[in-house]
Amino acid sequence: MANDPIHQFQISKLIPLEVAGHDLSFTNSSLFMVATVAAATGFLVWATSSRGLVPSRAQSIAEMSYEFVANTLRDAAGTSGMKFFPLVFSLFMFVLVANLFGMFPYFFTVTSHIVVTFALSMLVIGLVLVYGFYKHGLKFLGLFVPDGVPGVLMPLVVAIEVISFLSRPISLSVRLFANMLAGHITLKVFAGFVTSLSALGAIGIGGAILPLAMTVALTGLEFLVAFLQAYVFAVLTCMYLNDALHPTH
Amino acid sequence: MQDKPGSGPSKKVPRKAGRAEDAQSAEEAELAKRLRSLDERLDRKHETQAAARVAEQSRKSGIGAALRMSTDFVAAVLVGAGLGFGIDWIFGIAPWGMIVFLLLGFCAGVLNVMRSAGKIADPHARHDPPGRPEMYDDDEDK
Repeated sequence: MANDPIHQFQISKLIPLEVAGHDLSFTNSSLFMVATVAAATGFLVWATSSRGLVPSRAQSIAEMSYEFVANTLRDAAGTSGMKFFPLVFSLFMFVLVANLFGMFPYFFTVTSHIVVTFALSMLVIGLVLVYGFYKHGLKFLGLFVPDGVPGVLMPLVVAIEVISFLSRPISLSVRLFANMLAGHITLKVFAGFVTSLSALGAIGIGGAILPLAMTVALTGLEFLVAFLQAYVFAVLTCMYLNDALHPTH
Repeated sequence: MQDKPGSGPSKKVPRKAGRAEDAQSAEEAELAKRLRSLDERLDRKHETQAAARVAEQSRKSGIGAALRMSTDFVAAVLVGAGLGFGIDWIFGIAPWGMIVFLLLGFCAGVLNVMRSAGKIADPHARHDPPGRPEMYDDDEDK
């Protein structure tokens, strides 16, 4: 049990709750989502509360994250994309803080469950569809019709483009979920080697140094992955929103 | 050929400006020159920074690119299979929907991979979205 690498992803009910036959229990996953939102919001509000002209350390972290997301969005979707800034910034901060929370020992990693990441990516794609049709009407379907394609090939190309579009939420969610899941399992397996090897006596303790070094290295890598995946999620969100803003001209 | 386009007309401008205006325009010219040199320096800085960022990414993100492209590919195949299964289930045309849409899914997967590898342009990227450098500058209304 202690060495089971999957055990860390188990959902446990903290407050059982059932509404009209649906299980709406408050689980450890819910707890960490609440903690993520509270930590991200609390930090940003606290960091920007003093608002000095010369920023304090916390304030400059908050400003840097703002600038970072704003530049990403402006690069990908243009200035008109800035109306989606609140969404993109919230998504980025949520994913980033959830990933970083997962790096604490005994903490639950919210983003290692595909249902969470898939819900986030469906939010993005749903918004792209709704906003695209709201803003451009049926012209939004021009997204699936590349220009300069002969009429005979059109049905085939459109089908492929539609499948390619539908695969976006899946690859968006699978990427985040798989990275977090695989990383945490690897970390746990290597850490498990340390304990099981050191139970073998002096030689085992000598041998346990190798997986220990690996665990240290992997921890660093996991921090990188936590940042990188939050960034990738934000960048892809921006690119998809760009499609909703400017389907074709 | 004989003279630069900017220099010709400026000679013909009658010089009726007074001393004060002359001094002012000299000051403005000085200011404009400094502004331009600042712009140039900023541009150069941005260029080097962007180049450094691209180099950095291409150096360390080999495994990241591999992961990204494989998920792109697999996701499209899965969507194709799912669509085919759904169409079979709705219309009762047992294997045909699956066969056709699984193959289309493979095509879409290859398309996704080529797109994320930058081998082929995004069809929408050709239409100069604001904020992105224009790759194809062929406006017909000349």
